[in-house]
Amino acid sequence: MPHDDHDHPHALLPPEPALRVKALETILTRKGLIDPAALDEIIDTYQNKIGPKNGARVVAKAWSDPEFKKALLEDATQVVADLGFYGRQGEHMVVVENTTDQHNMVVCTLCSCYPWPLLGIPPGWYKSDAYRARAVREPRKVLAEFGVELPTKTSVRVWDSTAEIRYLVLPMRPDGTEGMSEDGLATLVTRDSMIGTGLARVPA
Amino acid sequence: MTRVHDMGGRFGDGPVVPEAEDSPVFAEDWHGRALAVTLAAGFLGQWNIDKSRHTRERLSPKDYARFSYYEKWISGLADLLVDNGVLCPEDLIGDEYDSSHPLSSRVLQAQAVPGALAKGGPADRPSDVPAQFEIGQAVQTLHPAANRLVDGGHTRLPIYAAGAKGRILRLHGTHVLPDSNAHGLGEAPEPLYAVAFPASELWADPEHPRDEVVLDLWQSYLEPA
Repeated sequence: MPHDDHDHPHALLPPEPALRVKALETILTRKGLIDPAALDEIIDTYQNKIGPKNGARVVAKAWSDPEFKKALLEDATQVVADLGFYGRQGEHMVVVENTTDQHNMVVCTLCSCYPWPLLGIPPGWYKSDAYRARAVREPRKVLAEFGVELPTKTSVRVWDSTAEIRYLVLPMRPDGTEGMSEDGLATLVTRDSMIGTGLARVPA
Repeated sequence: MTRVHDMGGRFGDGPVVPEAEDSPVFAEDWHGRALAVTLAAGFLGQWNIDKSRHTRERLSPKDYARFSYYEKWISGLADLLVDNGVLCPEDLIGDEYDSSHPLSSRVLQAQAVPGALAKGGPADRPSDVPAQFEIGQAVQTLHPAANRLVDGGHTRLPIYAAGAKGRILRLHGTHVLPDSNAHGLGEAPEPLYAVAFPASELWADPEHPRDEVVLDLWQSYLEPA
C-alpha cells in the first residue's frame, strides 16, 4: 500500500533547497554511498557532453541520406545506437517525421520524460506545469507562445510520453538548403525543433 | 482517483515561457547536484524507475505544487532512501553517522559513470502475454484511470484519457508494467501500444478537427471498443 502520511522523511532536511541537496550529499558521502567525484562526472556529462547537438546530427543525416532516414523511422533505437547515442532515458527511441500534413510535438504530462542521449537534460519550460498541462489540450496556443503558427491544413499530433519510449521529432528540412553539408544542416536544427515546439532555422 | 502530478489538460497554469537554446543546462549549481545525487543513489539498486516516480507523485499536493522541479527530485530521494531502508530518519537530521554502510560496496565510482550512463536500463522484457490488439484496431481505455492492483497506486494512464476511444497506432513490444513494478509486485511485462485519440474525444473544445494525442498504453489499460 502506498502510505500517504504527511510526515514524509524529506521534511527532516533543511527547508532551503540548495542546503537540502547539500545535506543529503554530505550524509550519503559520509556513509560511503556516493562518491562526490562521481557526481562531478555526472554533471560534466550532461553539461558538456550530451545535449541537443547529438539529436541535430541525427536530423541532419536523415535530411541528407534517404536510406538512413528510412531506417531511422523504422527502428530509431538501433540506428541512433549505431551513431553512438544510447543510454539512460533513451533505451527505446521512436522518431516521428513532420510533414506539411502533420506536425508532431512531444510532452510528458505525468512527469518529464525526454530523450536524454539525443537532447540532454530537458529545458525548464518542458518540465513546467504550464507545458505539461496545456500541450495536450491546446498545442496550437502553446506553439504560438513559441512563435510558431501552423497552416490550417496541418494537423497536430501530440505524443504524451507515458511509457519508456522516448520520442524525437524529425523537423522539416528548410527550403534553400539544397547542397548544404550535413555539418551545415546540423546548425539549423534547434532543440525546440526536435521537441516539436519549434521549426528548423532557415539559413541566413 | 488521481494525484497532483496528473495534470494533462488542466486549466489555469498560465503561459509557457520559452528559453533560449543556449540557456544553461542547470540554472543553479544545486540543480546539477540534485540530479547527480539522485542518479548516483539510484545506482545502489534499491529501487526502480517506477518506484521513484511514484515516490515523487506521493509528495503532498501542497508540496508538489510549491516545490521546483529539482526540489521534487531531492525530496523524493530522501523519501526513497528512508522508505527502502537505506537511511533512517535519524540519519537525515544528522544524528547518526556510520562509515560502514552495508551498501557502500555498491557505490558508483567516478570512473564507472560513463559506462553506467551509457548502459541505460531498457524496460522491454520477454512476456507470455500475447498481443490482443492489431494496428488500426479501435480500443477504449479503462474508466476510471486508476491502478487496479493497489488502491491509490502508481499508473501511467492519465485521467484526461480515461474512458476515451482511440485506435492502435503501433505495438512497442512487451514492457514492464509500472502499476506492478512500482509496488514490488514484479515486472509483469505485457504488450505496450501507442494509441491515437482524436482531440475531440478528449477535450470539449478541441483546437482543430484533425488534431490527435498519442499515448503509450499497456494492454491491461485497454478494452476493445
